[in-house]
Amino acid sequence: MTARELDVETIRADFPILARTVRDERPLVYLDSGATSQKPRQVLDAEREFYERHNAAVHRGAHQLAEEATDAYEQARATIAAFVGAPADEVVFTKNATEAINLVAYAMSNAATAGEEFARMAVGPGDEVVVTEMEHHANLVPWQELCRRTGATLRWFGVTDEGRLDLSNLDDLVNERTRIVALTHQSNVLGTVNPVRQIAERAHAVGALVLVDGAQSVPHMPVDVTELGVDFLAFSGHKMCGPNGIGVLWGRGELLRAMPPFITGGSMIGTVHMDHSTWADPPQRFEAGVPMAPQAVGLAAACDYLNAIGMDAVAAHEHALVEYALKHVGSLEGVRIVGPTDPEARGGAVSFTVDGIHPHDVGQVLDDRGVAVRVGHHCAWPLHRRYGAVATTRASFYLYNSFADVDALVEGIREAQRFFGVARS
Amino acid sequence: MKLDAMYQEIILDHYRNPHHKGLREPFDAESHHINPTCGDEVTLRVLLESAEDGKDALTVADISYDSMGCSISQASASVMTDLLIGKTVDEAMAVLEEFTALMQSKGKGEPDEGVLEDAVAFAGVSKYPARVKCALLAWMAWKDATVKSLATQKEGAV
Repeated sequence: MTARELDVETIRADFPILARTVRDERPLVYLDSGATSQKPRQVLDAEREFYERHNAAVHRGAHQLAEEATDAYEQARATIAAFVGAPADEVVFTKNATEAINLVAYAMSNAATAGEEFARMAVGPGDEVVVTEMEHHANLVPWQELCRRTGATLRWFGVTDEGRLDLSNLDDLVNERTRIVALTHQSNVLGTVNPVRQIAERAHAVGALVLVDGAQSVPHMPVDVTELGVDFLAFSGHKMCGPNGIGVLWGRGELLRAMPPFITGGSMIGTVHMDHSTWADPPQRFEAGVPMAPQAVGLAAACDYLNAIGMDAVAAHEHALVEYALKHVGSLEGVRIVGPTDPEARGGAVSFTVDGIHPHDVGQVLDDRGVAVRVGHHCAWPLHRRYGAVATTRASFYLYNSFADVDALVEGIREAQRFFGVARS
Repeated sequence: MKLDAMYQEIILDHYRNPHHKGLREPFDAESHHINPTCGDEVTLRVLLESAEDGKDALTVADISYDSMGCSISQASASVMTDLLIGKTVDEAMAVLEEFTALMQSKGKGEPDEGVLEDAVAFAGVSKYPARVKCALLAWMAWKDATVKSLATQKEGAV
């Protein structure tokens, strides 16, 4: 990889929160970016600037502020769309990736009663929906519910002991009955990066759609929807240096046009009568109510920020951190990495168990030292069951993390082993 | 260091050598509680018996449990069984109330050692909101099982 090396110190200076201390003046070591990322000043400034200079309800009103706010909102849409290589009118703003996935799942069940022009998206008994065993609940439960509502059948890819998707039954699982395959681009627990293109090729060969949960990939690597070869991509702003409360659904234009709305109300309509209404074209069809313009502006600033650094450079930096973490955490006695131990096709989430110590207790010792990690099942309960773990401890990295952060993690795990008396002295 | 304040020796002792652990017969109600944020779980059985004087008061004759979880949830279950077995249901409910209040005190509670005995060791846990559920898991399962048992006994009495 030829990506230029990141200057972590300079980057850290953009993130005010990273300078604070926690728990008795300990410097913060933030290793929980998989849950949410921290925000650079540039993003906070963009949001503040919008509120201080241009705030108005977008797509309503004809006064100057309304014009400026609407321009800022639509300009943000163009910036964010370009970040994943998509045209602006194929990007729908949602609350987060979870809502983006629900939008598609509900559109598919709503299609059953929305009339002939939406029939293409409808699913019913005999149809199949395919997910994977490594999904976050956000890309599992909406599909379970879609199947429950419509009588379709849910099927899933298993995972291998090494933490990769088991594709040995790809041709059986994805067949002419399959309507949609929903899978994660990068596992939030295992870090595994899935071969989305290969699965999408099979899905398209049998006429199925493909939705990718990009919540853990779009923030961390260059993602281009055309290269991925999929139909839908969902991601969240808050995991990619952007504000909370904004997520994105990208969908191929012809599909968005074939989808009935999920949430109805103001500004998503064509015409409204007392007894019926018609819908606006996408993306407005899926953006009922006054939208989150300040957050869109903030997320666009986050895209600009990441672009200026270069997503290749971000990915290369995280790859180096993961390689280092797999080596140093993975070699600790009594520590088991849950996920691939090979850093190839693997992103910056490192989940692990420590023999004899519950993850909550590991996390507590780390927290006492200022090291913030996630403990629990990380909203991937079936996956934890698959690997025989009630819970794991997860460290997840981003562009502002350093090798010293990984060292602090390693030292914290050692301390937990000493404290709970499971280390060999 | 704050860790020692949270992980009192009593807690670590109960964690390493839990009391009354393992599911036993006879029992008259069982409950299964899960902490949905971390997946920790407990299956807990209670046996209530009429007090020897034959009056209305029911006694907690046995609490048995099987559980998976962190040191706090495991130790809390163990301490709870020590405290509640042998008490009347009313007394035990009062202890539950005292313990719940302590857990919700955000580190500011002044536990009544006369009532809570070893359970005062959990005072430090109440400073960590994310861990309060761990400490309460078995207690909530006990309450649930006891309420079920009482409902059954009432039906039986009619």
